[in-house]
Amino acid sequence: MTAIDDLFVQLKSQGKKAFMPFITAGDPNMTFTRKVLKKLDDLGCSMAEIGIPYSDPIADGPVIQASYTRALAGKIKLKDIFYHVAQERPNLKMPLVSMVSYAIIHRHGPERYVDDALAAGFSGAIVPDLLVEESDSLANICRQKNFNLIQLVTPTTPRERALKIAEQSSGFLYFVSVTGITGERTQLPPDLVDRVSWLRERTPLPICIGFGVSKPEHVRLLAPVSDGLIVGSAIVRLLEQAAQSESAAIESMATLTQALMGELPTSTAPR
Amino acid sequence: MSLAPSPETVVQPSDTPATKQVPDANGRFGDFGGRYVPETLTRALDELVVEYQKALQDPDFHAELNELLHRFVGRPSPLYHAKRLSKQLGGAQIWLKREDLNHTGAHKINNTLGQALLTLRMKKTRVIAETGAGQHGVASATACAHFGLPCVVYMGAEDVRRQKPNVFSMRLMGAEVRPVESGSRTLRDAVNEAMRDWMSSVEHTHYIIGSVIGPHPFPMMVRDFQSVIGRECREQCLSTLGRLPDAIVACVGGGSNAAGMFYPFVDDHSVRLIGVEAGGRSSQAGDHASPLSYGSPGVLHGSYSYVMQDEDGQTSDVHSMSAGLDYPGVGPEHSYWKDAKRVEYTSCRDDEALNAFDFLAKNEGILTALETCHAVAKATETAKTMTPDQHLVICLSGRGDKDAAELARLRGQEW
Repeated sequence: MTAIDDLFVQLKSQGKKAFMPFITAGDPNMTFTRKVLKKLDDLGCSMAEIGIPYSDPIADGPVIQASYTRALAGKIKLKDIFYHVAQERPNLKMPLVSMVSYAIIHRHGPERYVDDALAAGFSGAIVPDLLVEESDSLANICRQKNFNLIQLVTPTTPRERALKIAEQSSGFLYFVSVTGITGERTQLPPDLVDRVSWLRERTPLPICIGFGVSKPEHVRLLAPVSDGLIVGSAIVRLLEQAAQSESAAIESMATLTQALMGELPTSTAPR
Repeated sequence: MSLAPSPETVVQPSDTPATKQVPDANGRFGDFGGRYVPETLTRALDELVVEYQKALQDPDFHAELNELLHRFVGRPSPLYHAKRLSKQLGGAQIWLKREDLNHTGAHKINNTLGQALLTLRMKKTRVIAETGAGQHGVASATACAHFGLPCVVYMGAEDVRRQKPNVFSMRLMGAEVRPVESGSRTLRDAVNEAMRDWMSSVEHTHYIIGSVIGPHPFPMMVRDFQSVIGRECREQCLSTLGRLPDAIVACVGGGSNAAGMFYPFVDDHSVRLIGVEAGGRSSQAGDHASPLSYGSPGVLHGSYSYVMQDEDGQTSDVHSMSAGLDYPGVGPEHSYWKDAKRVEYTSCRDDEALNAFDFLAKNEGILTALETCHAVAKATETAKTMTPDQHLVICLSGRGDKDAAELARLRGQEW
């Protein structure tokens, strides 16, 4: 059992849903990232997804892409990210998961990546460019080391394949809401609820929905059919203001986070 | 299927000889290739594999493609004996495989027509493409105009500047050219943007990748469509020379003209195959675009291959004066050929390529694309080490009209 597994057991017993913000590590620097993590934890977020900046992120829209570019412009390195997360970890209650390109994991060495991520206090990884067919070896390493490898299902995934992906995933299953890249959407696909419900009846794994989730009405619609929601670009966009004022950036991010969390069916209001 | 080996365990060139029986069902050329893309694209890639296999078994597909290559493109392209050039150098006889004489002026059209036919077979209604030098953009725009498909071409803003004539041509044929302002504003960023477009449009759009890069099946499929170059060349050598050539030289960016030229000769062990990367200004990191010479295996744009990267796996900035070679990655089959020692890879600096441009222009009356000049430069060097009874073929992958303005700028001359 990882901290993520424990989290979903606990949420389920309380009839609650997970709320997971995504932030970019090192945008614009790790000191700020640590402040944001602390704030999200204080607000009662269930878990945080930390994006490891990558030079060529093809699954990401303009907001996260620009955020990665800013972080890399600050010469952020993987070892700095691990160092600062490890420093902040004792101050946080929520589990942490990294969103990381396979290019980075490969370069670091899969086993070493998992060891270093665990040492820093991460409980799992989402690898958006590692398909289930290519993931056996990393999945084995993760299993041996009690580290979650969270796989993704998308609207273009055929149903049989979705079941296979669910079997290979651990921690939770990341359900991508739209056919496209990350970024805020005004409208989500009409058949999304049906697709998630279909899959949820067929896997014991918690299902969390991400990509495009950015508005209170999205939370109202999707929380009942899922086990949690992931919000990325809407939060990252507000944090862009850090260049002008860090406190204003954190303040507006907190306001949005509270507004979205306030729509969750059972209260997970600030602890 | 297993993961690509980690950096500590690979990079030992294998003693296993290269075979033409690659890739395997998972798109692996030895360790290289595969598929490293978001799940969103999987279904479209699987469909493409199926449709491509069906097309290969369909005589009508081959007939239609061959007819187009013959009457629309002007194939077969000549194998031309550059006698004056050969004499000047005093070494091997130099032959030019004239892909520059194809319709649209480069080899790229061989691939775009094949993929456009597949687009129609898959009942997709829109095409996107990336381009560096603009030759693939023009070839995509051409194929799309021919078949009446809407076409969007992503092109780095820096490349839009240095390859203006091609941008104009694409627009004349009805394609929309979208300049890409992110990152280094070159080919790599154009591929990123095209991939992002495809992530959202994949259900009705086909992405015509222009080189032997990207996720499976693109490296295999593009190689196959470009192999018409090597097949023709092999036949032409046998009928003209009565034997195979002693050496073949081609430039390598992503590596499509080289892959198409080399592939049919892989089992002909008497034929030296030489791939030439962009050596840029120097061999210092950031000054060149030579991943096979100076890079290491890693993941970029959907496949595992040699790439210029830093210690974290971030793609490094690269440089070449030629937009078509200004790319940090390379097709996985080239990585396979490198490690199997079937192809020798080397690089050529900007200034050497410029000299080759002048040399070919003044001695043969041919203006050559700056990309191709890299091959010409290394070929002239190699020819000098050979004897006049030996034969060397250069894949003359593209014509140089597109580069006239950029050449003038580089030399501070008026255009």
